[in-house]
Amino acid sequence: MEKLVTFKGWKLPLLLLAPQVLVTACFFFWPAWQAVYQSLFIPDPFGLRSHFVGLGNFEFLLGDPFYRASFWTTAVFSSLVTLVSVGLALWLAVMADRLIKGSATYRTLLIWPYAVAPAVAGVLWLFMFNTRVGVISWYLGQAGYDWNHVLNSNEAMGLVVIASSWGRISYNFLFFLAGLQAIPKSVIEAAAIDGAHFWKRFWTIVFPLLSPTTFFLLVVNIVYAFFETFGVIHTITTGGPQQATTILVYKVYSDGFVGQDLGSSAAQSVILLVVVGILTIIQFRYIERRVHY
Amino acid sequence: MSTISLKSVRKSFGKTEVIHGIDVDVADGEFIVIVGPSGCGKSTLLRMVAGLETVTSGDIAIDGNRVNDKEPMERNIAMVFQNYALYPHMSVFDNMAYGLKIARTPKAEIAERVQTAAKMLQLEDYLTRRPRQLSGGQRQRVAMGRAVVRKPAVFLFDEPLSNLDAKLRVQMRLEIKQLQRSLGTTSLYVTHDQVEAMTLADRLIVMNAGLAEQINTPMHVYEHPASIFVAGFIGSPSMNFLTAKIDSGGSRLSVESGAHVRTEGLALAAYSGRDITLGIRPEHLEVTNPESADLTLRIAAVETLGADTLVHGSIAGAGIDGAQQSNFAARLPGNTRIAEGETLPLRLADGSLHVFDRQTEKRIADI
Amino acid sequence: MSGMVEKRGRGYWFTHAGLILGVLVIFFPIYLAFVASTVTQPEIVRPPMPLIPGGHFYENYREALVSGINAPVARMLFNSSIMALGIALGKIVISILSAFAIVYFRFPLRKTFFWMIFLTLMLPVEVRIVPTYEVAANFGLLNSYPGLILPLIASATATFLFRQFFLTVPDELAEAARVDGAGPMRFFADILLPMSRTNIAALFVILFIYGWNQYLWPLLITTDPQMNTIVMGIKQMFPSGDDIANWPVIMATAILAMLPPVAVVIFMQKLFIKGLIETEK
Repeated sequence: MEKLVTFKGWKLPLLLLAPQVLVTACFFFWPAWQAVYQSLFIPDPFGLRSHFVGLGNFEFLLGDPFYRASFWTTAVFSSLVTLVSVGLALWLAVMADRLIKGSATYRTLLIWPYAVAPAVAGVLWLFMFNTRVGVISWYLGQAGYDWNHVLNSNEAMGLVVIASSWGRISYNFLFFLAGLQAIPKSVIEAAAIDGAHFWKRFWTIVFPLLSPTTFFLLVVNIVYAFFETFGVIHTITTGGPQQATTILVYKVYSDGFVGQDLGSSAAQSVILLVVVGILTIIQFRYIERRVHY
Repeated sequence: MSTISLKSVRKSFGKTEVIHGIDVDVADGEFIVIVGPSGCGKSTLLRMVAGLETVTSGDIAIDGNRVNDKEPMERNIAMVFQNYALYPHMSVFDNMAYGLKIARTPKAEIAERVQTAAKMLQLEDYLTRRPRQLSGGQRQRVAMGRAVVRKPAVFLFDEPLSNLDAKLRVQMRLEIKQLQRSLGTTSLYVTHDQVEAMTLADRLIVMNAGLAEQINTPMHVYEHPASIFVAGFIGSPSMNFLTAKIDSGGSRLSVESGAHVRTEGLALAAYSGRDITLGIRPEHLEVTNPESADLTLRIAAVETLGADTLVHGSIAGAGIDGAQQSNFAARLPGNTRIAEGETLPLRLADGSLHVFDRQTEKRIADI
Repeated sequence: MSGMVEKRGRGYWFTHAGLILGVLVIFFPIYLAFVASTVTQPEIVRPPMPLIPGGHFYENYREALVSGINAPVARMLFNSSIMALGIALGKIVISILSAFAIVYFRFPLRKTFFWMIFLTLMLPVEVRIVPTYEVAANFGLLNSYPGLILPLIASATATFLFRQFFLTVPDELAEAARVDGAGPMRFFADILLPMSRTNIAALFVILFIYGWNQYLWPLLITTDPQMNTIVMGIKQMFPSGDDIANWPVIMATAILAMLPPVAVVIFMQKLFIKGLIETEK
């Protein structure tokens, strides 16, 4: 993957690289290094000095019930978001793919939510479920169910899951649609001639052929749920009630900025760093294979 | 004066030497064709003259000035690439004008030069089009136009016709020749097609595995090939080869395969005791009566081309070896009526036998 | 699967019904927000709120844009535009230059820089927020446009995209340009850049939306409400304590926050989809 033709000289390319290298060094490597460094210290109560504690912050975190709860919360949250958004997107894509005409219109309509920021999505769903003025919570109340996500942690989780999945459906829908349209028609037609009806064809032929796309989307959505949903959580529940919706990335923020515990926050960042690293490696490894597929 | 001179030019990629010392002097206005099979180094040689590859050792001079260290644009050359290399987002006019624009030629002059070149290449109606709107032949003309417009000292062509269909190739071949004649620009042309080589060249450089096996005019190379390789490469269908031995008395020629070839009257004494390879061009054989035949051909296949008839078979007396059933070819007039299985008595035209040393593969003589 | 459905019959109606249901579910929250932005506060506060748009469209939007709650929404729209444009353009510029350097030159440490840039793909800004905030503060970038923009252009997805693309450009074009007398920057400007137009446009679309929708970072770096971006500013329009939120204005703001990215997605759909697929490869 190298070019045979190159230009001579080294001053020009270094000059061209300089902006990116500078920005990356200042705003990526240096902070990343700082995060690792700070995770080994605890600042004293007056913020004047910090003393070295080695892996103390990490030990504390791993034993901290709140942190472990946050891990569990994150796992539950991301699994739910992934399942809901990938599942619904697949169903919609299958439906849209069945049509000869009209799929383009549906596609245009269904990709809107991608443009909506997670935080704005949070506001929209918060509005619908707001305990005082929310339309849906009111109708639920009329039907006898008292909705209150401010007090009920399961409802809070449910709400953030829905708000987070809602926007994501478009993204997954687009990829599934592309994947479906890449399956050669001849394969489907052969199965039809063999007597398989629609759903049979789907499960035995289409779905297996779609598996690279599916796997890819599962990984990408998990990463999304880990990080980009901060806006949803912050907007709807601010991590409550009683940290029931405090996912890991939210905890980094609340411990670091609100609680001002820099050492712990840095240590949490480092742990998250490792988690992302693993997820990215899985993603790249799999993409490699997908490209050679 | 735009002469080109190559002195002991060598090229290595890493530890592998691919060009083993080429020497040639090209006169002003000469059309030189570098011909050879794939991988022989001809494109590499051309690119070294262009300045797109570095020279490992030796000197390249254009107009008497050593250019080894000069960038392509400093050498006053223009190049026509195999895949045309047209700038896809620019119109035909802009493609041709680009080099001049960089050299800060005044606009009026650019317009004038492009128009002249366009007229020469019948591109006047296409000046505003984009490359993707043109056919292969038109694109090739634009590539040539780009070269012509620069008025360089040397034209370099890198297999420009390989991507065109057969008919177009024949037509473009003529156009290139006429263009070069009218412009009088020294040209180096690389191809693997020996027909192009023969028809275009003032002189040929026949290359094989990094060496120039022969440098001479097409007819000379054809009539007096310097080696078995050149003899087999130039000329279609290719020359017939027979490995043979001349006995110590110098009077008897025994062809290894057992084929009976009459050799009375040939001056073989000088080669007594030697292992040689004989070469006979298919067109140097005539049908004759059995008494005056030099050899008899057992026909295995007949190809009627219309103007010629090609017959393939094996020489009578040759041991039957499955692979060699049709290893001998003769080109006969188109009205020859002959069928498979028949035998054909043939005689050699005078002076048409080529003798090569089996070991060195170099030509010894033609008799 | 395309078109493998009977033109009539249950399958056809079922499919359309399913898709229409999907569209309704997707649009309902947006529709409701729009309705809320066109009615009055009292109508919302006493549920159930009306489900058809009311007549107060102009008042509510004017109030939002001109005075907002803690800052005029017009100001927030402006800030968001600067930020999104800055991120999109900034990232494209530095990435295309880097990709050009990496692909078309050989120079010492080339591989090192390549891997350095590659590593940045691994960490979204959320993972390094605290130290990045400190760095930005040390540079004096709090409450500033560079502060909003710079940390978010540090990752390398665009560089990879351009690198992939440059690798597919035929070598002969660069050689022809060299023979024509073009130096590297000339080649870049006259030939490579025009050929990259579609890629640049597709990337611009994706990056603009990415930039516009940023939440966590703008939240941290701005303390002055005048520097709020619209997406992060909405949350701050909610009152603390037990006051009732000014729902019509907040919903109007939400609708306004959505419009530019949605417009971009709809009108540049083809480019957007191309950009999505390319960046995720």
